[in-house]
Amino acid sequence: MRFKIVSLIAVAGLVAACGTAPTSETATTSGQGAASGIVAGSAEDLKVNVGDRVFFAFDKYNLTAAARYTLQQQAAWLKTNTAVNVTIEGHCDERGTREYNLALGERRATAVSDYLTSQGIAANRISTISYGKERPEDAASNETAWAKNRRGVTVVK
Amino acid sequence: MTYRLLASFAFVWFIVAIGAAPARAELEIDITRGVAEPMPIAVTDFYGEGRGEKSFGANIAGVIAADLERSGLFRPLDKKAFIQDAESLNVLPRFGDWRIINSQALVQGRVEMTVDGRLRVEFRLWDVLAEQQMVGMAYFTIPGNWRRVAHIIADAIYKRITGEDGYFDTRIVYIAESGPKTKRVKRLAIMDQDGENHKYLTDGADMVLTPRFSPDQQEITYMSYYQGVPRVYIFDIESGRQEILGDFPGMTYAPRFSPDGKSVIFSMAKDGNSEIFTMELATRKVRQLTRHSAIDTSPSMSPDAERVVFNSDRSGSQQLYTMNANGTNVKRITFKKGRYATPVWSPRGDLIAFTRIYRGEFYIGVMRPDGSGERLLTKGFLVEAPTWSPNGRVLMFFRQEPSDQYGRGGKTRVFSIDLTGHNEREVFTPQDASDPAWSPLIP
Repeated sequence: MRFKIVSLIAVAGLVAACGTAPTSETATTSGQGAASGIVAGSAEDLKVNVGDRVFFAFDKYNLTAAARYTLQQQAAWLKTNTAVNVTIEGHCDERGTREYNLALGERRATAVSDYLTSQGIAANRISTISYGKERPEDAASNETAWAKNRRGVTVVK
Repeated sequence: MTYRLLASFAFVWFIVAIGAAPARAELEIDITRGVAEPMPIAVTDFYGEGRGEKSFGANIAGVIAADLERSGLFRPLDKKAFIQDAESLNVLPRFGDWRIINSQALVQGRVEMTVDGRLRVEFRLWDVLAEQQMVGMAYFTIPGNWRRVAHIIADAIYKRITGEDGYFDTRIVYIAESGPKTKRVKRLAIMDQDGENHKYLTDGADMVLTPRFSPDQQEITYMSYYQGVPRVYIFDIESGRQEILGDFPGMTYAPRFSPDGKSVIFSMAKDGNSEIFTMELATRKVRQLTRHSAIDTSPSMSPDAERVVFNSDRSGSQQLYTMNANGTNVKRITFKKGRYATPVWSPRGDLIAFTRIYRGEFYIGVMRPDGSGERLLTKGFLVEAPTWSPNGRVLMFFRQEPSDQYGRGGKTRVFSIDLTGHNEREVFTPQDASDPAWSPLIP
């Protein structure tokens, strides 16, 4: 399973960034295999079969190799599912201040959006929104949770 | 929904100074230094003839004593120690009775219900050792405003003894938080500085952040995710009306009013870049102050409106900068280790309060506008968003505790702290609370 391997690489990258080993939960939900009953082109399809999110290092917005790989898969998926438009959410961990994190989340969302357009996805199919530190995926206050929360999520509209 | 908060405040009339000319100020507190020993003060129940008047008198004295105590500068004495009774005190203080319980200052007053249903409240502040009246005032108001009169009296006492304006007749707007961290519900809320008269201004359907008062405190500027589009809004307190600030192509956030209240200074983020803008409210004229590929945000204007302090990562990490109000003459003012954020200029103009992040801890501190004289006042897992009392002597901020591995905990509350770093206290709120903003003194 190629997706699984990529997810593990993403985890390894996070370990290097934060210095503490996150649990395997940090892996994206990709790599579960094409489960039956999932409608092609749906939000679940993107989440389960492609991977709907990429992760960032602390206070960074550049895309890691793993993130670029995930976004290449997302771009291919968007080319197949031409009717789908997406919103890119930019998120941060809780270790920054509110207003700065709104700006950082916007940078992360833009980095994802720019990469998808560079892969040939029309800019008018993509919108961005920053949630700063306001919508963590994991509510815990530890390195594992923070690594999961520093993310760009591609949401099917 | 309308909130007639300010309308009712218009009915306080300051009447007259009463009694003898103020004594020379033997009794004073120098609040520029940390006060080790708060001044013992006797705040007596205000005298009233009828049952209603008596009850107002006791309540007013209670609010005054609580205000003075919370400032950390005064120690209101236990009423049980009082020797002189209210009736004879109403004629004249027997100073010996107050000296013997070590009271340095004495507050007495009187409440009368007038025939037209208004409240007449008078008070006198006495210097017990000098046996002289320091200040005396009388006020008329509608009975519903008794709390406000108490705060105004506490301000008068504070001012007479410290020589500085008080800050008790003020309000706090903040974000009330509830629900799990991953789906936090955030509502605009407003309350008196002591936590009373609490009201929610929004219903929680849309996430709201970073509210700040206008100088006349009729309006609040804040950020809302209304209809999923994060933008700066202006909330009119009296009418309850909310209006978007301008029409911008990107996320607008981090708003604050200019000192004259005629403009809002804020950030707009678009295409991965945040810049600082001002918008004049009457003309909708927009001006861009920064032009830099870095994040430029959290602007706060100096009280003379000449300078702006802001947060930028143009050096590679979050630091504080100042610039002229037209965007020229940009200077970096922080050079110590760590990251700096949320600068806010003191209403006195002499200091800038900020959040510093260093080695995994957050600090609230103050420095001079050129970056010198940094003093850290408090620290924690997460402390953020200082806001100044109108006299520039006290800060409020919020403190969030860490959550456990299951995401439980994370208690978030507003605290106040003296500029000296002493007297840190939680401000009572019904739920979790963040992003406090202190109003100016109510006009």
